[in-house]
Amino acid sequence: MAAAAISATPSTVKNSFYACNNHAPFLSSCRPRLSFHHRLSSSPLTLPSLSAPKYSPIHRHCAASASSKVDASIANFHGPCYVLGDNIDTDQIIPAEYLTLVPSKPDEYEKLGSYAFIGLPSAAYSTPFIASGATKTGFPIIIAGANFGCGSSREHAPVALGAAGSRAVIAESYARIFFRNSVATGEIYPVECERVGLWKECTTGDIVTVELGENRLINHTTGKEYKLKPIGDAGPVIEAGGIFAYARKTGVVDLFVSLTDCTLSVENMIWQVKPVWYLLSKKTLGKPLTAFWEQKIHLDILLRYLKHHDNEFAVAEVFS
Amino acid sequence: MTMTEKILARASEKSHLEPGENVWVNVDVLMTHDVGGPGTIGIFKKEFGQNARVWDHEKIVIIPDHYIFTSDERANRNVDILRDFCLEQNIKYFYDIKDLSNFKANPDYKGVCHIALAQEGHCRPGEVLLGTDSHTCNAGAFGQFATGIGNTDAGFVMGTGKLLLKAAIVLGPSHFKAVECSDDGFKPSIGKEPADLFGIVPPTLRFVLDGEMPNYLLAKDLILQIIGEITVAGATYKSMEFVGSTVQGLNMEERMTLCNMVVEAGGKNGVVPADEVTFKYLEDKTSENYEPVYSDDNARFIGEYRIDVSKVEPLVAKPHSPDNRALARECKDVKIDRVYIGSCTGGKTEDFLAAAKVFLASGKKVKVPTFLVPATQKVWMDIYSLPVPGSGGKTCSQIFEEAGCDTPTSPSCGACLGGPRDTYARMNEPQANLRIHHKQKFPRQDGP
Repeated sequence: MAAAAISATPSTVKNSFYACNNHAPFLSSCRPRLSFHHRLSSSPLTLPSLSAPKYSPIHRHCAASASSKVDASIANFHGPCYVLGDNIDTDQIIPAEYLTLVPSKPDEYEKLGSYAFIGLPSAAYSTPFIASGATKTGFPIIIAGANFGCGSSREHAPVALGAAGSRAVIAESYARIFFRNSVATGEIYPVECERVGLWKECTTGDIVTVELGENRLINHTTGKEYKLKPIGDAGPVIEAGGIFAYARKTGVVDLFVSLTDCTLSVENMIWQVKPVWYLLSKKTLGKPLTAFWEQKIHLDILLRYLKHHDNEFAVAEVFS
Repeated sequence: MTMTEKILARASEKSHLEPGENVWVNVDVLMTHDVGGPGTIGIFKKEFGQNARVWDHEKIVIIPDHYIFTSDERANRNVDILRDFCLEQNIKYFYDIKDLSNFKANPDYKGVCHIALAQEGHCRPGEVLLGTDSHTCNAGAFGQFATGIGNTDAGFVMGTGKLLLKAAIVLGPSHFKAVECSDDGFKPSIGKEPADLFGIVPPTLRFVLDGEMPNYLLAKDLILQIIGEITVAGATYKSMEFVGSTVQGLNMEERMTLCNMVVEAGGKNGVVPADEVTFKYLEDKTSENYEPVYSDDNARFIGEYRIDVSKVEPLVAKPHSPDNRALARECKDVKIDRVYIGSCTGGKTEDFLAAAKVFLASGKKVKVPTFLVPATQKVWMDIYSLPVPGSGGKTCSQIFEEAGCDTPTSPSCGACLGGPRDTYARMNEPQANLRIHHKQKFPRQDGP
């Protein structure tokens, strides 16, 4: 992570202005733990390392260590597997008529799960993925052939599988968008197997174990073991719960969130329950910042602005 | 560099890119519709805050088109969700529809998103266009980088205006260095594992099409020829570039047909170099400045295919895969129960003109129900106003009527995706359906 040009820890925060005119009436009405930091240096602009303990970024999920290695203790899956062939497409995973369900709505998310794989032709797949009357699957692991998830970009596809209760797909290869959606949502691990035709050696209902840390699939029913390709960089993203959760862990999205929320009035910013950056202009101290923030600040515009107005600004951080 | 590499390099403010490199790309246009939109909006609000503002209210184009002319409550609700969001965010481009009983009563409504994007001037050479739809690659016909993304990625773009071309490694303050200092980028991670390929700058497959286009062929035949050759996974993680004298002779709608089906080969995006045909098309549609890019003469391609178009014959894709290519003449004994002309691939003005010419030449009536679904309002109007060459001034609509086709219906995606049960021309029981110019697979047992 970049070295912090602005450094501050809660313990070193002082309730005083730094290198500013000592007057900011609108700030005096702020909550007591308002603090100011060093002026930004004029050398290459870098943002502070938000993931360091200094800022205690607010996590929306349980914070786990942001290591790049998949934690083997949590990345083992065990249970009956559901076996499919090549070119399983998104219409089979979740037919289009169910796409009126919005995955970000919790009750519709659950409904999506209940329809997972309902598009499979029953002639070829006589065992239903979800038993009649059930809403979750009994198959935590899916085994498939090549080009799994081909067809549409619908994110409903990996969502349906995850909502149904599956944890991992082991396939020979994936369609691009499905793979990316799986990682972005964190709904299911899309793992590749080394062996072409692995799916032909497994039968739906075989009891298998997937050991992500060891890159291994064990079929207890047949007694065979298979090598898996490492999940790589996708692993920690899925483990965290998708790209947003992962981004929060590493500190990036908090900043975006802060800046975006800063298009609201100053008063609202003060009451945010997460670290918020905003600007104080020495020249405009005393004037409300709402005018500035209403200009829909985009991150790189902000950075460029700060770089060019280095002598005019101090940056403040507000804690709840 | 190839065209795709150049576009992405410029969009990530870097001077040079290698295939396999990880980048953080500025987005010019984000498109979503009634199927991807509500989910994207939900994620945007959840992750950026209920009161968050989109990164640029003029760069988001919201186009209801999928499940429109239906009584399905959730489908209708989803259009309402789009409207509420557009009002709240002051989204400049929202092609709304309220009166479902008469599409013409909705002046803003367009129809199929990919065709609307083109017709409304949102596709511009050299730009980056992302959409929550796999056929967003359609826009590559304009010499831009256009690809489909999921709701989560789109939610991220909505808030930041950037796409992570590799989520895991690039996240972190080093990203900001890339914004400020053009020399400092990310460490390229050119791995061979699929996870490392997640979201890379794609290497390019080049398709050189030469020869004069016979009058019995359309761009659809050309792309079916290609997909049949490389299979539905032949272009996975790759870009497809279409060049050659034949391509130069295609109009924009035919070029769109080529690029539209790139995803059916697993491709990330497709591109056709912009030329006079492109510039002419855009003249009356956009006043935005754009800067086309072109592959270098010494650009490295991961593969090259040469096609002599004069040797290609009319093709079909048999059930149930777009790469299940067959000569049309070999299927002449297959009994067909119905015909559907529509979709982003096959419902454009050019497609209906081509169909009309066939009906004209045959002079006969159709033997099976024939459904016509124009992609957009503009296409619908063309069907009713443009004279068909060689017909003595008849319009497509007249020819279709004389041939006994169903009346051209309200423009939308229609039954392409299936949709709610009451969707026009939806197959609610197993049948053999010939989808002319259609991109999707043939219906399965449970159809459509």
